[in-house]
Amino acid sequence: KSSVQTIGEEQIQNPYTELLVLKGHQDIVRFLVQIDDCRFASAGDDGIIFLWNAQTGEKLLELHGHTHKITAIAPFSSSDASEERNHLILTASADRTVIVWDCTSGRQVQKVSCFHSTVKCLTVLQRLDVWLSGGSDLCVWNRKLDLLCKTSHLTDAGISALVELPKNCVAATVGKELVIFRLIASDDGSEGWNVLEVKRLVDHQDNILSLVSVNDLTFVTGSHVGELIVWDALDWTKQACECDFWDSSVPPDVQPEIKLSQSPNETSVQHLTSDEECVFAAVGKGIYVYNLQMKRVIACQRTAHDSSVLHIEKLPNRQLISCSEDGSVRIWELREKQQLPAEPVPTGFFNMWGFGRANRQANQAAKKMQDNTPMYFLELVGDLIGHSSAVQMFLYFGELGLATCSADHLIILWKDGERESRLRSLTLFQKLAQNGNLQLKF
Amino acid sequence: MISAPDVVAFTREEELEDELCSEPPLPEEYSVPLFPFASHGANPWAKVAGSKFTRDFILISEFSEQVGPQPLLTIPDDAKVSGTFDLNYFSLRIMSVDYQASFVGHPPGSAYPKLNFVEDSKVVLGDSKEGAFAYVHHLTLYDLEARGFVRPFCMAYISADEHKIMQQFQELSAEFSKASECLKTGNRKAFANELEKKLKDLDYTRTVLHNETEIQKKANDKGYYTTQAIEKANELASVEKSIIEHQDLLKQIRSYPYRKLKESDFHPYEPECAPGQANAGCGQDLTASDPAEPGETHLYAHVPSYTPKLIKAKSAKCFDKKLKTLEELCDIYFFTQTLDQLHQIERTFRGDACYLLTDQISRALLKQQSVTNFLFEDVSFLDEKPPEKQYRGCRGLSQDAVDRKCSEESPAPKVVISLGAYKSSVECVPIKMEQEMEDSQEPKMTESVTFEHQENLDYLDADIKGSISSGESIEVLGTEKSASGLTKSESQASLPVSPSPQAGRSKVGSRRTVSEDSIEVLSTCPSESLIPEDFKASYPSAINEEPYADDEEGGLRFTPKLNLDNADEQEDVSKQENLVQVDSSCCIGKESPNFLEPLPDLGQKPCDEDGVVRIPPQPYRQAEQGLCGSFGGFPSHDGISGGFLSYELDSRYLTGSREVSKSSLDECLDSTSYISSAASTCSDRTPSPAHPACQARERHKKKAGQNALRFIRQYPFAHPAIYSLLSGRTLIVLGEEEAIVKKLVTALSIFVPNCGVYAKPVKHWVTSPLHVVDFQKWKLIGLQRMASPAGVNVLHALSRYSRYVSVLDADSKTLRCPLYKGTLVSRLADHRTQIKRGSTYYMHVQSILTQLCSKAFLFTFCHHLHLPISEREPEESVVNRRMNFLKLQLGLANEDIKIVQYLAELLKLQYIQEPGQGVNPLLRFDYVPSFLYKI
Repeated sequence: KSSVQTIGEEQIQNPYTELLVLKGHQDIVRFLVQIDDCRFASAGDDGIIFLWNAQTGEKLLELHGHTHKITAIAPFSSSDASEERNHLILTASADRTVIVWDCTSGRQVQKVSCFHSTVKCLTVLQRLDVWLSGGSDLCVWNRKLDLLCKTSHLTDAGISALVELPKNCVAATVGKELVIFRLIASDDGSEGWNVLEVKRLVDHQDNILSLVSVNDLTFVTGSHVGELIVWDALDWTKQACECDFWDSSVPPDVQPEIKLSQSPNETSVQHLTSDEECVFAAVGKGIYVYNLQMKRVIACQRTAHDSSVLHIEKLPNRQLISCSEDGSVRIWELREKQQLPAEPVPTGFFNMWGFGRANRQANQAAKKMQDNTPMYFLELVGDLIGHSSAVQMFLYFGELGLATCSADHLIILWKDGERESRLRSLTLFQKLAQNGNLQLKF
Repeated sequence: MISAPDVVAFTREEELEDELCSEPPLPEEYSVPLFPFASHGANPWAKVAGSKFTRDFILISEFSEQVGPQPLLTIPDDAKVSGTFDLNYFSLRIMSVDYQASFVGHPPGSAYPKLNFVEDSKVVLGDSKEGAFAYVHHLTLYDLEARGFVRPFCMAYISADEHKIMQQFQELSAEFSKASECLKTGNRKAFANELEKKLKDLDYTRTVLHNETEIQKKANDKGYYTTQAIEKANELASVEKSIIEHQDLLKQIRSYPYRKLKESDFHPYEPECAPGQANAGCGQDLTASDPAEPGETHLYAHVPSYTPKLIKAKSAKCFDKKLKTLEELCDIYFFTQTLDQLHQIERTFRGDACYLLTDQISRALLKQQSVTNFLFEDVSFLDEKPPEKQYRGCRGLSQDAVDRKCSEESPAPKVVISLGAYKSSVECVPIKMEQEMEDSQEPKMTESVTFEHQENLDYLDADIKGSISSGESIEVLGTEKSASGLTKSESQASLPVSPSPQAGRSKVGSRRTVSEDSIEVLSTCPSESLIPEDFKASYPSAINEEPYADDEEGGLRFTPKLNLDNADEQEDVSKQENLVQVDSSCCIGKESPNFLEPLPDLGQKPCDEDGVVRIPPQPYRQAEQGLCGSFGGFPSHDGISGGFLSYELDSRYLTGSREVSKSSLDECLDSTSYISSAASTCSDRTPSPAHPACQARERHKKKAGQNALRFIRQYPFAHPAIYSLLSGRTLIVLGEEEAIVKKLVTALSIFVPNCGVYAKPVKHWVTSPLHVVDFQKWKLIGLQRMASPAGVNVLHALSRYSRYVSVLDADSKTLRCPLYKGTLVSRLADHRTQIKRGSTYYMHVQSILTQLCSKAFLFTFCHHLHLPISEREPEESVVNRRMNFLKLQLGLANEDIKIVQYLAELLKLQYIQEPGQGVNPLLRFDYVPSFLYKI
């Protein structure tokens, strides 16, 4: 049954009452990355990078250089506080190059084209002032784009995600495996680094699709078949593993290893995000909130969208935004249930996911636990409809609004109409004062 | 859109409202009794029984040296237009007041004939018997074969409405000057060509003669010359002389435009309104003929392969030869340009004066609303140049100089004489011949000196005092003479140069009265001479220019009394002058070319004895000036009757069948001004579009208004639909048939506010699925409903974006849109409205929208409504203040607030938009539920 929650046309809590359509891209826009307080870059399959003003929607720069689609983008700000902040962005493309751009001038600072395969991910380690590129191998570069070191060829599939861990470590996802690398300062050179494969974790049953660092102690991975594993960032041990992580009654160290009967697309963990307490997972069409302390799912929306959720993000105000292939963006609020719910959230899942060996007792225990722990639910507070195709990603700019990018080649800037109106008034009176037309009016 | 329906005259609509015809006729007893003289083709408002022509037209006449004054052509070129009006007679009249001295010949002290570049003269005259009043523009063209090389012509705008001519004098003058300039430019070109041909002929003749002489010389060796040889030699000599003369003429004609251009303020004719193609061609032509360009001589020199002819020693007598036609006199390109221009003038000024005036006033007012006028006004309307500008361009530089001088010398605001003043200055002064006037030069000078002080205040452009008349049928109501120092008759030129600064001027004035006919010259307005310095320097005949310069410097530009034989009249005139001065200081006329000039100082406005000071406390006063000038100076009945002078025998109106006359009455019922409506319908068969470029727009307005009326009557849910448009929510008209959808879109388009200074955000017909970008761009869309799979996509997109749009289904007659509970729209679109005419309804809408705009303006530009007074003030209190203002001060209820807020946003966006960069179109929307309305 289709049980996608709808909200209707009256959305009191939805602040976005104004939109700006930013046109420029000629193909799917896949990446949005924030450069500073009011600028962001967009990139996609047309190989062009655009820089936009998040306030006015003005197109600032158009960066041409790649011949194929962009596969990864990362901001690379100079850590040097003394000199003026120099904003750079790194872009990797299917043309097997990585280009460093200057965001102020739009100049191409440098171009690296010695890759054997497409670079699929880029990570900047600010602390060490180096950046890593992950493809079929892992390379470490310094600011001047000198190749410091690289690993041997890993697999043809290559590294799909990288995340920085404490103690100069990085976690890379290579297919089903999670590989931990450590950067070691080389003995000979002052600046050189060596990269060393430390550990290879093979706990996932399927390709790892998402990787997110929660805090210095924890990071989380999610796989195509719906496994979610919480790792200790220091010793790389599993803290919790949820193949069906909604079943919080199962103790973390007893991994049920349940095969899911659903089609993998329905259960793949597309994207993960987290705050200090919870991990938010976009699983299939649904959104799940996993509490790290309680080690269980505290709230979920099984069918949050009409099709796969591609990106989710937690806002500071207990709100959650999700975007999906169905072209919509939805705003959720995590609320505490006041009255005891007639039906606890997780139970529905057993049916839906078709557990092979649903443990009734465990289930009851879970129910008991839920009784004395606060219950949460995700309430839809607004939806943004504008794109005509899958919304790939969005970027939350706080007060400035929300930028969404989509396969319909557009970027839409959603804004708070009230605020914009006020700002325009402010500008208006400033301009009036400037023109000297204001003397008599005060 | 300023124009409220009660002020504006109604224009006739060609497609007579179909609904009107279908309505049952009023019972006989309720109908307004017809005017008793209706059968005679009169209407109760007509002052005279009617003129003999049906509508305004332009007449071009020539004073032919062979047959005298003769009409050449009329515009529009339609025999019906002039009707029984005697063009020959009228040509005689208008040509007889041509007093521009067009002297060409051998001036004393000059060896060769000189061409004079004579300025046009502009005269208003009336023939009360004929019921015709005319603005007459005299000009001379050059013709090598004509006597003195000149052919006097005149163009006259003839109307039955005296006041229209007077009110529109400046505009007429400016427009006709353009046409004249164009014609003269073409004529100079043709003349130069002609001269060149003639020179080639002469050259050829010389060669032939020379050869013959040589042969003769050789043939006879007797040592003495035969009479034949002497004849030949004489002939040769005369050919030589002729060559030199013609070369000199050519030099003169070529040098003309160069001098003109040296005056910074001179604007050569630019055919602004010529259609696109012509424009391009014209641009080339103008640049090519631009004499300042080095290529200029090349142009004139370039004559496509001309075979020279032998010129007989004795040229044909003047009555044998056929004079060139006007067309032959002028370069064909410029000739057609001139005709275009004249047609345009005709289109511009046709119709009722009231309409023209209202249009001008509203245009001027709109110009002042620079902040809000983009919202509901046509872009083209705002882009048009004000007529004043053109006028100034034509008047040239010295006017400005004098104005400046004037404002320096007198702190008083510029005082202009109202029409009333013209009237009061009707004066009967017998016309004297020149000799007498020359006699009277001395006293004149002294008198004018005594008047000097006042005059330099008052006679900026209206020299009313030159009231010379002999009171019969022709009245020259006002003339504007572009004074030229070259306008001197032979006799004058032979006179010793007068030491008096007025001498030259008085001669000019005197020449105006040459006609022995009965002429009343009510006023003359010499404007400035466009005399280039080099011209003065190079031609001894221009020696009288000196006094002119003095003249202007002294602020004395006019001689008050020209020919005063008896003291009575002298007194009369001086009384007149006083009267005029009083008039002019209390009444702000419309004659000033400086409509939009800020007043020098409001604090120092002149208070005359009456205490009638009409100076509104605004820096720009055009509107008030216009009103005062046209209505203030007149008793009101005059103003009205003016419109009826041009009454036409339109049987469809008062004398027609009962039904039709009923419907015409009915038509006017909705108006508050039946009279003005009737006036407009009577005065012209054609509608009176103010500006020719706007004819299409005018028609569109009418059509849109008509369709909108139909819409609000047919659809009970018109209000929420209109609310959607006004609040910026895109309205989609969905339907299968394109015509129906387009009609609805046209109807509704009058409610759509512009988002900037582009075209209206209206898309009449779309067949592809809509996207969010479309809602950003378009606020009113006609959408095709199709049964095909593509159509399903269209509908799917529509339901997907339903939150941004209201959907009006033209097929099933439903509307899906948010609720509207305000009061504003019901005033805008009352389905019980008595308005029946499209244009009237359009104006009604415009006036309400103007009110709305002013509210939005107020709301937008009140600082405290948007920003906190002090820094600590919380946002909530600002919001409260804002809502209170909207509700209490502006009296807006419910959804009306959203309309004003939306307009305010548009105003803000427009105002803060940087000139260089285009504004990012943004889409604002509300999350409000929609409802489905059904019939």
